[in-house]
Amino acid sequence: MSAALELAIEGIGVCAPGMTDWTTAYAVLRGESARAAQPFARPAPALLAPNEHRRAPDSVLLALAAAEQACAMAGRAPRDLQNVFASAYGDLAINDYLCAVLARTPLELSPTKFHNSVHNAPAGYWTIASGCMASSTALSAGSTTFAAGLLEAATIATSEATSVLYVAFDIAATGPLADVIDCDAPFGVAFVLAPAAKQPIARLRLELQVHAATELAPLPAALHALRERNPAAASLPLLAAVARGEDAGFDFALHADKDLPSSALHLEISF
Amino acid sequence: MTANSFSTEPLECRIGRVAGLEQLSLPDALAPFDSRNHRLAWLGLNQDGFLEHAQALRERHGAARIALVLGTSTSSIGETERAYRDLDAQGRFSAAQNRPQVHQPHALGLFLAHALGLAGPSLTIATACSSSAKVFASAERLLRLGLADAAIVGGVDTLCDSVLFGFNSLELVSNEECRPFDANRRGLSLGEAAGFAILERMPQSGKVEKGTALLIGYGESSDAHHMSAPHPQGRGAERALDDALARAGIRESQVDYINLHGTASRQNDEVEAALIARRFPATTRASSTKGWSGHTLGAAGILEATITLIALERGFAPGTLNTRELDPACGPQIRIDNSEANLRIALSNSFGFGGNNCCLAFARADAA
Repeated sequence: MSAALELAIEGIGVCAPGMTDWTTAYAVLRGESARAAQPFARPAPALLAPNEHRRAPDSVLLALAAAEQACAMAGRAPRDLQNVFASAYGDLAINDYLCAVLARTPLELSPTKFHNSVHNAPAGYWTIASGCMASSTALSAGSTTFAAGLLEAATIATSEATSVLYVAFDIAATGPLADVIDCDAPFGVAFVLAPAAKQPIARLRLELQVHAATELAPLPAALHALRERNPAAASLPLLAAVARGEDAGFDFALHADKDLPSSALHLEISF
Repeated sequence: MTANSFSTEPLECRIGRVAGLEQLSLPDALAPFDSRNHRLAWLGLNQDGFLEHAQALRERHGAARIALVLGTSTSSIGETERAYRDLDAQGRFSAAQNRPQVHQPHALGLFLAHALGLAGPSLTIATACSSSAKVFASAERLLRLGLADAAIVGGVDTLCDSVLFGFNSLELVSNEECRPFDANRRGLSLGEAAGFAILERMPQSGKVEKGTALLIGYGESSDAHHMSAPHPQGRGAERALDDALARAGIRESQVDYINLHGTASRQNDEVEAALIARRFPATTRASSTKGWSGHTLGAAGILEATITLIALERGFAPGTLNTRELDPACGPQIRIDNSEANLRIALSNSFGFGGNNCCLAFARADAA
């Protein structure tokens, strides 16, 4: 028994240097304008009060900025949506801080940094700021995190017959971890996925397959490098397909372990 | 539990430490994944014939048709801490620590997929202390939608400086063995654990062998209140409970035993005790088993689900170890002493930082 999941995209959000929202991302994804070379600026999601914004780590701001764009485009209140937050590495800056302090002066560990270090900190800030009491999850799946999170969000939307907020994000590695973890460009993306919608932005069909990811979606050459620099940027081919507005089909690998049989998530997008 | 001799600087507390991990070595093929967390995962896989069951499952369904859904809070961060203690003169990781497969949250999933030869949907849920309870919910959805024919779920978390000094910085760690629901409790004790379970769909006939353990419901919710403190009226926990009861199609009076989150922190136990007291009849037995294990964080969900399933199988409701005098917030449901009874339906509560709640509902097959 193998099944396909059919969903509608109701809203999209993007947050990255040079692609700070869907409007700027749209032109870059269509190859009509170049991505501006900007340093990472801490996003300011409207959902967070100024004191919360000050306390929130970069990963939280990145995730929430993308998330609230997607909810606004979908016309959905954040508090009504079950949500899935996917990040391959969590807050790499806090991990660097924790490990560095623990190596020298462990008794001086900051309690705020500690509770902000949990992988579900963005999900926690999101649900607290929006008053959302629905189910919330936080997950990782290494270099294939984007596909794993998409599948998790799609299964919730389908099995619960409800709209789901899906957010994928990672910030850049800092400190000694940066030599080991291959992630040096912050990138956040969010979708509101629904089992059905009257006027969706696009329709998605997801299916698992037992062979390698072979069909790859076209992507402007200028974005190829970015795709390799952040696991959440694996979403770029999907974003580019939405921006082009042309039906397309392509694959995401489900894992990167060469010793295991290949498997992939196949995605069809239609308008 | 034993006195803490684990942390790199002295910290007066008791810990639930698994003996022998320092001497355990992984098989050669898994050696690049070496970490305390993966040693404990491997030890867990080798209990109760689990590895053989998992291999038989793969032969029956195929590697790509088995989902792998794991939970952890800190994964192998203990190994990253070690790499930071051993930085070279240039402040870089040693060559031996240049192992991205270890220094990331999904290290646990990468390790287990490799160890078990699985290629289906694979993810690591990290919602702090509810992580490996939520794996049951995720796996159930994948099975219900036909995206997998079986799922291996579980969770692993190990002691590390991050959690010992982290919970200490929040003033949540007791200097004695934790006493859940005790009027004079002083905080939690940290522990470590690994646990795994195999989930399969009910056959279409709906008939299974008598005594088979069944997942009959689950509930997931958010507190929308605070990053490290529970909602004072337990509204999030109650929402998860309501969801679990509704999915299971049961009433409170049908619940024979509840394994509580019961960390022995002031706030959690007060809120959870009040929730149980207002919702359940006196005939429902409830307890926290963290006096035996300590709080195993991201592994608490699977550990306590396992204890709950053993309780159903053996007709044995564990009590609450170390607790002497119950907090006045406790109703008659919360028991200090172990008891024997015919248990048919049981719940397990897991609540995490970020206000992340999960309640699991299990039954013995002759009751469903």
